[in-house]
Amino acid sequence: MEKYTERLYNGIVKENPTFRLMLGMCPTLAVTTSLINGFGMGASTLAVLAFSNLLISALRNVIPDRVRIPAFIVIVASLVTVVDLLMKGFVPSLYAALGIYIPLIVVNCIILGRAESYASKNTPGLSFMDGLGMGMGFTIALSCIGAVRELLGAGSVLGHQIIPDDYHISIFVLAPGAFFVLSLLTALQNKLKFPSATNVKKDDESTGCGCGCAGCSVGCTDTADSK
Amino acid sequence: MKELILLVIGAALVNNVVLSRFLGLCPFLGVSKKVETSTGMGAAVIFVITLSSAASSIIYSFILVPLKLEYLQTIVFILVIAALVQFVEMVLKKQIPSLYEALGVFLPLITTNCAVLGVALDNVAKGHGFIQSLLYGIGTASGFAIAIVLLAGVREKIENSDIPYTLQGMPIVLITAGLMAIAFFGFAGLI
Repeated sequence: MEKYTERLYNGIVKENPTFRLMLGMCPTLAVTTSLINGFGMGASTLAVLAFSNLLISALRNVIPDRVRIPAFIVIVASLVTVVDLLMKGFVPSLYAALGIYIPLIVVNCIILGRAESYASKNTPGLSFMDGLGMGMGFTIALSCIGAVRELLGAGSVLGHQIIPDDYHISIFVLAPGAFFVLSLLTALQNKLKFPSATNVKKDDESTGCGCGCAGCSVGCTDTADSK
Repeated sequence: MKELILLVIGAALVNNVVLSRFLGLCPFLGVSKKVETSTGMGAAVIFVITLSSAASSIIYSFILVPLKLEYLQTIVFILVIAALVQFVEMVLKKQIPSLYEALGVFLPLITTNCAVLGVALDNVAKGHGFIQSLLYGIGTASGFAIAIVLLAGVREKIENSDIPYTLQGMPIVLITAGLMAIAFFGFAGLI
């Protein structure tokens, strides 16, 4: 039992995909204009991640090693289509807000990264919990970033006005604000010397995930796992 | 004709793929250390996105729509892109080794560049025809190339500057990108 809760802790705190591994940056910056959007994106990624881990782990002995990446992509793409259609049917307003970023969950580094580095080597139960943990970590991170941007940029939280109109810094809900919030976050990690993929290192590999999503997901999670 | 030109300019500058829509951020931040490599990456992205937007447009309107399989678009597009990249790599290696030398290392990385799939899905969502899809692809990819080369130019200068420890590495690059995004707002008046 402890093994299973350990995976949750690992995903949320120890290897948080956003704060520690710095994976899946495209949705992190693009949809976090408000708390609810960030949460919605996180929750849909969580669903895909948990079930893709479960399926891939269950099929790990059936899938030939040489075609495993295309096979993983097909599984992930099918699950994303399911989530896409479900959201279109049940939460149309959120679906409209997230738009093209829902189908783009397919190319989210975290999902293929976990499939490759965890689900293809472990039992279905553990992999499912790993997906849940990682997904929760991602959801929490996106909700936090979304809350900060919504509060600073629109002066509200979950649509409730908190800061009066005159004091909004509306750049924070626009595109540049996303870069600034993330740069503050990484600067804070640098300052406090948190273990994070983007921290300054001696060998000048400062952009942990610096080689396109394919290389990065595999490379990053592997190094993170070996630590 | 005028609409087509506006489509390209809009995709390249006004709605820049990286700076205002955050697609393809991994290579944007990762491969922008030197102008030379970032130019290679930009060229490879232009090449792949142009081909893939044409291919996905053809497949969507001639295979998926007649068979009423539109809901399979995500799966089909990602497989088409992956296969196309593999194919392009093989053809280049065999036929044009010099171009392969220049673009080769970047090609496999592009498969999972969100911008490639993003353009294909965008073309469907916006109801673009074949010509429009092709031009939209070229415009978007040029926008990516412009942004990554500009960022690389700034980063080469940053290398020689005295930056506080806290901002070294990623934070200063992200601030640079943010300032570039503000600058690109200026293009909003173009169309």
